[in-house]
Amino acid sequence: MHIMSFSERAYIDVPEDLIIENGSSYFGIPNTNFDAKIGSRLMNEYLDERVYAEELGFDGVMLNEHHQTPFCGGSVMDVEAAILARITKRVKIVLLGNPLPVADPLRLAEELATIDMISGGRLVPGWVRGAGSESIANNTNPAFNRERFNEAHDFIIDAWTKPGPWRHEGKHYNYRYVNPWALPLQKPVPQMWIPGIISPETVIWSARHRYPYVALGTNLEPTVEMVNLYADVAAQEGYQAGPENFGYLQNVCVAETEEKARELAKGFVYGGGFGSFARAEWMFPPGYNSKEATKRLAKAMTDPRTGTEIIRFSQGKVDVEEIKRSIDKNYQDVLTSGLVIAGTPETVIKRIRVMLETLRPGIFGTWYHHGPMSFEDRKTCLRLLGTEVLPAMREIAKELGLPGPFEVKPGSRPLPASGKRDSVVGALKAA
Amino acid sequence: MANQEWREETVRVAGTDLVYITGGTGAPVLVLHEELGHPGWLRWHSELARTRTVIIPHHPGFGKTPRVESVRNVRDLGNFYTKALRERSLRPVEVIGFSLGGWIAADMAASDPSQFQKMVLVAPTGVKPPQGDIMDLFILTAKAYLDASVQDIQSAPEFAKLYGGEPTPEQFEAWEDARAESARLAWVPYMFYPNFASLLENVVGLPTLLVWGKQDQIVPFSAAEVYKKSISGAELVAFDNCGHRPEVEKQAEFSQHLQRFLA
Repeated sequence: MHIMSFSERAYIDVPEDLIIENGSSYFGIPNTNFDAKIGSRLMNEYLDERVYAEELGFDGVMLNEHHQTPFCGGSVMDVEAAILARITKRVKIVLLGNPLPVADPLRLAEELATIDMISGGRLVPGWVRGAGSESIANNTNPAFNRERFNEAHDFIIDAWTKPGPWRHEGKHYNYRYVNPWALPLQKPVPQMWIPGIISPETVIWSARHRYPYVALGTNLEPTVEMVNLYADVAAQEGYQAGPENFGYLQNVCVAETEEKARELAKGFVYGGGFGSFARAEWMFPPGYNSKEATKRLAKAMTDPRTGTEIIRFSQGKVDVEEIKRSIDKNYQDVLTSGLVIAGTPETVIKRIRVMLETLRPGIFGTWYHHGPMSFEDRKTCLRLLGTEVLPAMREIAKELGLPGPFEVKPGSRPLPASGKRDSVVGALKAA
Repeated sequence: MANQEWREETVRVAGTDLVYITGGTGAPVLVLHEELGHPGWLRWHSELARTRTVIIPHHPGFGKTPRVESVRNVRDLGNFYTKALRERSLRPVEVIGFSLGGWIAADMAASDPSQFQKMVLVAPTGVKPPQGDIMDLFILTAKAYLDASVQDIQSAPEFAKLYGGEPTPEQFEAWEDARAESARLAWVPYMFYPNFASLLENVVGLPTLLVWGKQDQIVPFSAAEVYKKSISGAELVAFDNCGHRPEVEKQAEFSQHLQRFLA
């Protein structure tokens, strides 16, 4: 099993009221609230935490990228990755992921190849379409998001593997001269992983490319459906999916006592948590969704039960106290459902075991921090994860037979002789 | 619906199945709809339909008419309609364009004014307003954009009829289709072409009526002057206490001006 450490490297000094008053949205908060002195301190602490994660024995440090928001400090993730490539020695540097539609793919191919070379071949690139708000933050036409994703992906693989110089005249990208003198050290190309929040289109695309799919803190039941969908497509493609094809990112906060862990883990719902990433009009820019997804959204948005939930704070005056009460209630719900796991190592190990038994992933990310949490508390959380939870997880992974993608090559398992695929998930039970 | 004044039809033009709304009697008039699609049959349509056959195509990609892959900007879309008019032997035709539809009509006229007999542009996009910016539909919900499109919702009863209350799933989906296709056409620069004023100088010998609300929050009134200056002989009718929809906010006066201009 490949076990990673992750956090959004958030700019955590934003008052919760400000997020709520902004329509329960991190995106759109004026940057007059940003203090570069605090930003500077945080960025260095976050880099130190990744070095510490390596010392503690994690297999990978995972980074991600969002733009123009305090939610995530990784607006130029490749810069962080380049630094980590030099100052770490062993861990994989896992980028989940680079938002292809908003990037210059030739420049991205060169950046990633540079990181791979500096790190001695420890880069794991990952590709995303980018949240809807990325189309706005980067001024890239959302109506062509998936087309741009596909073309940029194919272009980067070509840039890494096709002898240059050559010319590219595509639908969305045009290059008169492609001949990069920065190529990945890993041949023919590094392993690539795809993170997501279980959109069927992306799951199917990943299975066809034999890329491991990493579900980002999604509800257990739909995640099981996603794993099954992936495995079905894999079977159509002629291979048996296994744990090496699946990953899961888990909100998990560990402290010396149950009470402290629960208090710290509240940061995961700070300001509304992931649900407050951006308001509906920024999450669903025009044409970003497929026709099928738009149909689903049209139903959800106009249904009085779910619609008010989705656009709940977008319009009208905001009652901060009422929203805080609903955040508190939601916090209890996510603790119960297991979307957030908080406790002492002993408690946490039990709950993670249930996740591993159900989803059988070969990649497991521990998202250990969000919201206000001191450097000391973050390091304690990492230390307890690394010294107590991580060894236990390795034992469980061995017992359950959960190889990671560097133990079994993704897409290399033959289908059973019957031609029918084997089961890939365990029985569904509450975490 | 009994005694409905309009019907929906489909015609094969320029290689695609174009769905359009039509009603009325007399010479044809082409109506090019706005960025959120055809809003529905309104009172001004009824009044115009007494003397004209009103033809309102759903632009390609706007829900009912399938997307045309090669149409990626307003010039492409104008070219599509130029072909359609030629194939249906409709040129020269009278044209009325609203907002994005006004830009399409103006673009077609700049390319070949002889395809139109007369042109009415109602608060068209297409030029960069000298003061203010065109309101960005792509970072707003359709509902918020609609609400901003009239100066006073209460005094525009037809607006309330069409857009009041909670949207249905079908309406939401239609708006999203419209927003998506508008984004394909005009994501950046947003809803204008930098050199459009210069192109508009080619609109020569075409009677043109510009209609604008002085309090337009969608396309600032300052853009009206650019259109007026660029199109020789263009007449500007500006309504006070009126937003982006004079056809519903000042319906009676709007219809009168239309009758007079098209007479």
